[in-house]
Amino acid sequence: MSATTRAHNPAEHPSSDKSILLSIRNVAKTFGRNVVLRDISLEIAEGEFLTILGESGSGKTTLLRIIAGFEHATSGELWMGAERLDQQPPYRRKVNTVFQHYALFPHLTVEENVAYGLRVAKRPEAEITQRVAEALDKVKMTSHAKAKPSQISGGQQQRVALARALVNRPKMLLLDEPLSALDANLRRQMQVELKALQREVGIAFVFVTHDQEEAMVMSDRIALLRSGELEQVATPREIYGRPATAYVAQFIGHTNLLSGEVRGGVVRCGNLSWAITLPDGPVLFSLRPEHLHLSSGAESPGTVRVRGCVVHQAFHGATELIRVDCGAGMILTARTASESRLQQDVELQFRAEDAVPVKQSAERR
Amino acid sequence: MFSRAYKTVVTAPPLIWVTVFLLIPYLLMFCYSFWSVSPTQTIVHSWNFDNYKELLQKGVYWQTLLRSMGIAARVMLFSLVLAYPLAYFLSFYAGARKDLLYQLVIIPLWVSYLVRAYAWKTILGSDGVLNTLLQYVHLTKHPLEFLLYSPFAVVLTLTHIYTPFAFLPIYAALEHVPRNLVEASHDLGATPAQTFWKIIFPLSIPGVVAGATFAFVLSLGDFLAPLLLGGPSGIMISNIVVSLFGAAYNWPLGAAISLGMLVLVVSLLFFSERIEKKWSFS
Repeated sequence: MSATTRAHNPAEHPSSDKSILLSIRNVAKTFGRNVVLRDISLEIAEGEFLTILGESGSGKTTLLRIIAGFEHATSGELWMGAERLDQQPPYRRKVNTVFQHYALFPHLTVEENVAYGLRVAKRPEAEITQRVAEALDKVKMTSHAKAKPSQISGGQQQRVALARALVNRPKMLLLDEPLSALDANLRRQMQVELKALQREVGIAFVFVTHDQEEAMVMSDRIALLRSGELEQVATPREIYGRPATAYVAQFIGHTNLLSGEVRGGVVRCGNLSWAITLPDGPVLFSLRPEHLHLSSGAESPGTVRVRGCVVHQAFHGATELIRVDCGAGMILTARTASESRLQQDVELQFRAEDAVPVKQSAERR
Repeated sequence: MFSRAYKTVVTAPPLIWVTVFLLIPYLLMFCYSFWSVSPTQTIVHSWNFDNYKELLQKGVYWQTLLRSMGIAARVMLFSLVLAYPLAYFLSFYAGARKDLLYQLVIIPLWVSYLVRAYAWKTILGSDGVLNTLLQYVHLTKHPLEFLLYSPFAVVLTLTHIYTPFAFLPIYAALEHVPRNLVEASHDLGATPAQTFWKIIFPLSIPGVVAGATFAFVLSLGDFLAPLLLGGPSGIMISNIVVSLFGAAYNWPLGAAISLGMLVLVVSLLFFSERIEKKWSFS
């Protein structure tokens, strides 16, 4: 996707009622001959929960480290208000980080860890005591104040790392895959707590993850990074419902990609065809499995029907995913209500408007 | 997991080694320290505390011990002062040159101790490199006498020899300081200096203690540097032990001093290990 098309996308910018906190302008980063980030432009609003989502190697952690100041961008600028952020050393930036492995100081107690930022800023001791107590209370770690990091569990270390960052009242909190070291149950619980905490403190969170589900649950907006470039920046609903590219559609949730040809207001995809208002030419659609239904028999306008035979059935609890061979090399995945007895031959239908045209993702790397 | 026979076969050699070459000699020393020498220069196996009484009463032994500890303490201090910045630079800022610089620190350890001690002799002597140079540039008229055959020469030589021993544990400790802690400290607003004193230095204390112990203990027991470069004013406790076991032929008194030293050093090691444990977090 080129910079010009991105500029037209309103979701690239936070909704207009919030003022912009951080503006990332044309940031690029290369390590030797290895291009890690290219031409990243992104704006983060006050109080926003923005997730930088991407596979490993997509450059998401590098982008976060550039904001924190641990890496220097090869080109581009960071602006926080009228202040040029990328020329400041990390210890002058009003930004705090929660590290992937928490990075708690092992020789200090929980309390001393949380007090660290205030101590180095030489705040009065009475203020430190009070703010540390508040921060520990907020993350429910008061009872462990005197413990050393090695004496508490991973989830508790996570909370201390949060308190240690938030106690400094940063303008922005950066979180580098903070939940990846936790087991699945605790992670889900922390997702909810983290989101609630973010609403409560009202600080902008920039959250890095490779887990698309986590991104969907927590974020106000998701910035999807692929091989060092922004693929799409949008709200979770929009990015799921209106993926910009085939890559986005496949990365976020399950999807069926249908490639076809538009001619004279009619699109043909293999055996299927339906009316559409798109210019003539090749076209690619993303069709979510939940939009494919088993035919009810009743004909309704604007639906597309296709017959096929079930080749695979995967049970997912409340729903199941069935793979249906529709001939002409087209295999569709549909999400249906769980049903133990399913006949071999089925008829599927979907509404034409649920097939979302997406851009073919450019080959990279 | 392993059979009894296997365990016996594997553990026997070190046990035999330690018994024959360490435990039995120490036991012999222990016995000797309670025996005495007859006027006809034979060792009398009569048990008594005379050697220890003599040690406590005669000032020369105390003075020599105190001087030895003073020299060892200075060697320790100078070694740390030289080794810490070097180790810190290598660990944090050397980048790609790290391995090369590390080897450069290690290489002097391959050179014989004796060669290095003699090298200092030729540097510090009246006709040595340093005095010749100083006279050549007319900084002095006559050779400086305090350079050689003095405690100064001993401290200088021992510092040169034992600095790598102080360097190695400090470097290892600094290498083990997780770099994300340094980043976390900067992230929380600490300047590089604050980060050093509050995070990096405390976490390197086990290495500093280990390096200090090496430098102190090895210097304390040294007898070659004072023999070659110390002169009368640079005599150390080990020189007395050597002469008691040699020309003076008073093995019992020598054994008593050695045992006293052993107790001193072992308690030092005990305390330094306590400190190291207290400051290790892994």
